[in-house]
Amino acid sequence: MFLKRYLIPRLIQYVLVIVLGITAVFFIPRLLPNDPVLRTIAEMRARGSYLEPGAMDKIISDLQQMYGLEGSLFEQYLAFWGRLFRGDLGVSFFQFPTPVIDLIMTALPWTASLLLTTTILGWVIGNLVGGFAGYYSNKTWSRVLDAIAMVVRPLPYYIFAFALLLIFAYYLRWFPISGGARLGMRPSWSWPFIQSVLWHSFLPAMSILILSAAVWFQTMKLVVQNVNAESFVTYAKLSGVKESRIVSRYVIRNALLPQITGLGLSLGLIFSGALITEIVYSYPGLGTLLYNAIINGDYNLIMGITVFSILAITTSVLIVDLIYPLFDPRIRYM
Amino acid sequence: MKLFRDLLRDYRFAFAFGVLCILMVFALLSFFSPYDPSRWGQVPRDLRPSAQHWLGTDSNGQDIFWTATFAVRNSLIIAVIAGVVSRIIAVIVGMVAGYKGGPWDRVLMFFSDSLLVIPLFLIIVMMAMLIRASLNLVSLGLLLAFFGWAWDARLIRSQILSLRERDFTQTAILSGTGTFKLVMNEYMPYTTPLIFSTLINNMAWAIGLEITLAILGLLDLATPTLGTMLYWAINYQAILLGRWWWVMTPITLSVALFIALYWLSVSISEYLDPRTRVQRVGAG
Repeated sequence: MFLKRYLIPRLIQYVLVIVLGITAVFFIPRLLPNDPVLRTIAEMRARGSYLEPGAMDKIISDLQQMYGLEGSLFEQYLAFWGRLFRGDLGVSFFQFPTPVIDLIMTALPWTASLLLTTTILGWVIGNLVGGFAGYYSNKTWSRVLDAIAMVVRPLPYYIFAFALLLIFAYYLRWFPISGGARLGMRPSWSWPFIQSVLWHSFLPAMSILILSAAVWFQTMKLVVQNVNAESFVTYAKLSGVKESRIVSRYVIRNALLPQITGLGLSLGLIFSGALITEIVYSYPGLGTLLYNAIINGDYNLIMGITVFSILAITTSVLIVDLIYPLFDPRIRYM
Repeated sequence: MKLFRDLLRDYRFAFAFGVLCILMVFALLSFFSPYDPSRWGQVPRDLRPSAQHWLGTDSNGQDIFWTATFAVRNSLIIAVIAGVVSRIIAVIVGMVAGYKGGPWDRVLMFFSDSLLVIPLFLIIVMMAMLIRASLNLVSLGLLLAFFGWAWDARLIRSQILSLRERDFTQTAILSGTGTFKLVMNEYMPYTTPLIFSTLINNMAWAIGLEITLAILGLLDLATPTLGTMLYWAINYQAILLGRWWWVMTPITLSVALFIALYWLSVSISEYLDPRTRVQRVGAG
């Protein structure tokens, strides 16, 4: 039952969304008036003297292949998919001949570690604090936290990042202004390097963490206030169940379910916000890679990052959606 | 007017409304600016705030106060275009999906769900990159509108779904009211508040994306907006060089704008929800 009703439609939707997204990536440059391939080739020809003659021809043929300029539109489309399946996103124009996928893989650990820790921590902290604040909604500390959340919540990540940067890195000088580790340090598992990385990523992490925790805090507090009024909570209170147990086992547990769905839906937004936060701090992840790609007009790299992100985000959302039934005792695997 | 007075009793609404009025006046000041916003080097570079240049000057040789008046105006124009046009799309999609149901509903909701899951911002970056040369305030507003309707269409759809089950729908259909008239006369009054509160959220979203695209250098960088001001500040490493006043101005303005829009939308939607309204303004 579960398989037929839930899993299969969800998997079909997953595949369709990816096809839709990647098809958009394929067709957008072709529908718009100025073709980036022709333009890039023209630009390449114009400044060809900077490159070795062999490299130049390689780029052009690579471009034509990547965009599959040979053959009909439909053949080009199929060829595009064929290359994607082989994990081939073409080569970067400006760091020739490094494959795009290699550049992404170098930047990915930075982004993934920053995003994973902040998203999970933000969700857990926001929900826990929000749960208690909702249960004790008349206490002063609950009201103070609510007021803080009201101010922080509407700010975009990068605006908040700028504010933190001004206060803690420029004015108080507690943290470095930019970068992922001290200049000239080689990535390794040594303690000084790890220490440097943690110190550099503290502010970027804080900007994402505080903002996302504020969002979860608010929704959780609201949900808990509603659950609180339900009869089973009153019953538990009257039966003398300890209050901390009521909050954690009865109230928060029930309020947590919509929060898991919310996490899935918000992943895309958190991801986009994190990319821009990286740019503000010159943190060496996907965001900064994207920024450099845009500055250099490296269209292949931008396309690669977009395709990669579509796959990564839709897959993460799928995973969250599949985990969901595990937490909901009303849905059972059969 | 009574509605407005009720709303003003909420300190958040009063504050947000006040801040927005100040920002509007600030934006209107741009019409009296002594400087041309598109020209550089009209004043000495990198001056601290002083009596002559209230908020200092930047490395492009522009007076920050007057540039900021243009920035707020342009960002608001983009936000209004994006907000209004995407509202039209959201209303049409939401109403068709909710009222027609069946395959219409499934296809439209599949598109809107996809827009929610796909990292849209990257697709918008790709498009902005390709039409960069022709991106002005209007075309940017339209580009954002094209992508910004998905969530709100969902909200409108669910409201239509519940309205469709009400008795008056049956009465109207049985007495021969056409679909178009039914939707316009009977459903619109119910959905207007929702459309308005999503409009505010959508405007905030559009301003945020405008800033994002500008920071990436994808907009016309000679047109001052909140985003392009930040772009130049980052580009000249204003924080590293200690020119805090240059970064402070667009940041403070954006913070004020985002908080005001959010509080406005929160207080309006709380007011619209009868359960919370009774708590706040009393049953009268």
